[in-house]
Amino acid sequence: MDVRLTTEQRDLRDAAARLADDLGPGSVLDLDDTERVERLEKAVAATGWRSLRSDGASGVEVALVVEEFARGLVDVPLLGPLLTDDLRARLGNEAEPAEPVALAVGDEAVDARGLRGALGLRAAGAGAGGAGGTVGTVGVGEPVFGIDLTRTTAAASGPFEPVGELSADDALRWQALALTVTTADILGAARGAYALACEYAKVRSQYGRTIGSFQAIAHLLAESLALIEGSVSVLRYAAWAVDELEPAEAVRAGQVAKVYTARAAQTICETSVQVHGGIGNTWECLAHVFLRRVLTSGALFPVSLEEIDLGLS
Amino acid sequence: MDFRDSPEEAAFRARLQAWLAENAKKFPTSGDEYWAKAGEWHQALHAAGFFGSTWPKAYGGQELPAVYDVIVDEELARAGAPARPSLGYLVIGLGRHGSEALRQRFLPGMINGTERWCQGFSEPGAGSDLASLTTTATLEGDHYVLHGHKIWTSYSDEADWCLVLARTDPAAPRHKGISGFIVSMHQPGIEQRPLPMMNGVTKEFGQVLFDGATVPVDQMVGAPGEGWKLAMTVVGHEREPSTLGFTARYGKTVRNLAATVDGPPSDELRWAAVQTEMLRLHVRRRLSEQLDEVSHGPDGSLDKLLMTWVEQSVGHACLASGGTRDPELLGTYLYSRAQSVMGGTSQIQKNIIAGRIIGLEV
Repeated sequence: MDVRLTTEQRDLRDAAARLADDLGPGSVLDLDDTERVERLEKAVAATGWRSLRSDGASGVEVALVVEEFARGLVDVPLLGPLLTDDLRARLGNEAEPAEPVALAVGDEAVDARGLRGALGLRAAGAGAGGAGGTVGTVGVGEPVFGIDLTRTTAAASGPFEPVGELSADDALRWQALALTVTTADILGAARGAYALACEYAKVRSQYGRTIGSFQAIAHLLAESLALIEGSVSVLRYAAWAVDELEPAEAVRAGQVAKVYTARAAQTICETSVQVHGGIGNTWECLAHVFLRRVLTSGALFPVSLEEIDLGLS
Repeated sequence: MDFRDSPEEAAFRARLQAWLAENAKKFPTSGDEYWAKAGEWHQALHAAGFFGSTWPKAYGGQELPAVYDVIVDEELARAGAPARPSLGYLVIGLGRHGSEALRQRFLPGMINGTERWCQGFSEPGAGSDLASLTTTATLEGDHYVLHGHKIWTSYSDEADWCLVLARTDPAAPRHKGISGFIVSMHQPGIEQRPLPMMNGVTKEFGQVLFDGATVPVDQMVGAPGEGWKLAMTVVGHEREPSTLGFTARYGKTVRNLAATVDGPPSDELRWAAVQTEMLRLHVRRRLSEQLDEVSHGPDGSLDKLLMTWVEQSVGHACLASGGTRDPELLGTYLYSRAQSVMGGTSQIQKNIIAGRIIGLEV
């Protein structure tokens, strides 16, 4: 039993963090800076991280990159292309597509900013992947309403064109990966919201003192940090489980991670809004951008408490 | 990265399972019956090679990596056995601050369970503000004489020895005038009073009054005035779920509730299951990090806060599963309220996290 990250994994995480810090939006205004988005897109494309899975990366490595990108509010596609890359790899499709592919879910294409095609899994039978499913493509149509200011959801256009079948085990493993990467996205965004609140608490002054010196504020932030640490632990297990446990067990690990982290992240983001006071309730404060991203990734492959298996290991 | 057992770990686990199949049911796991046989349980577990596994061989340990404690905790819970005795923080405190002579004299008995210990830190007037303690130790020839009142002293009625913090220099600044002592509980000048808890347990908690009890000079831990350092080491480790070994007990409670629940489980029970699984994985991560010789320091406060939330969510699950009609479930619920107080309140943990990790000037 040794659940430390390897040196290579830490290096990958640090590289993803640097890219996100350098080119992610530093303010709400930055979200509209198309030149920045172009530079970011070019930099992300050059890393090859959208095809991490077909390059042999583990669930742990994928989760680390997704988490750091969400922490830095990276607003070009990653999560969608990563999941479609994994689907393609499971079909044994070696040919790399000419451009990243969004993720088709229901009648929508998610994480579709600037993309033209989407790939998705339609489960056979009633269960979510339990009986395998069909992988197929759709076109990316017009953007639809979405609460996330950093990612675009579009309507699917054209018919669902099947391109292959996944076995039950492959479909479950893919589901486990989808739970892991959405959880990593939630955790990263929560960490970003927490960091923003800590910075603010150290500079904002009232009654002649920084507000972080008041226990009423400090204790809220301490609770947020504890929630982050717990989330890191559940996520790491889920990410490892994607490749290492039996498929159904990997899905269960992903469900626990997502339920815990989604609840924690909502609290952390709400705390960030509160610590910012009036400013936290304005459009120009990034706190709501993190909160929106948390809620969006929570609603993508959602997990409810009722789905949690009580047969603990 | 691997969450699974290595071959050595798997073999250790198998030996433990076989031993537990024979022995687990001989020991009560809760209430006064548990406390009455806690010493016997400790000795049996150590004699079989499953307690103190991670401590130095010279004192009765096996020098195994910290993750072996996880295996012990998991298997104890699975077998329905009592929890691992929680005195790791005393072992670490004495190991780090005591002289080699004190370590050789006291650690083996502490680890093998033939000598029982309690901890005399808190006082009626010194709770969260521990440095305000007023128990005095006055040097008279080759020994110190103790006067004062200690409270919240777990196992004080069973203990042979007490690790006492007392003021040796009333003129010194308050953190610098405190020294640590190993005091025999079997002598005149000590009165032990049980303190029944709100769940009805009478054996766990006590108060200890020192009125002229003595301790030889050479049973001071560290130098005069170094008691505060000892105290910080002890309470720091008292906050770590991995040291305490409670983690698996929560899982056992949740599984028992799940097995007896009528109809669909309550949200409280499901949430307790999620929380319990979180702590199981969190402890594995923390213990793995100890392989890097990472010294935890203030991180223990994060772990204590997480553990408290877990225990109290399990308490709420007990309450939601018929706790108002079942004394045992109610007892587990009521006991869970102590977790945000003992070993440093949640409010103190948050002060430590905010000040020493986040860097806020609390």
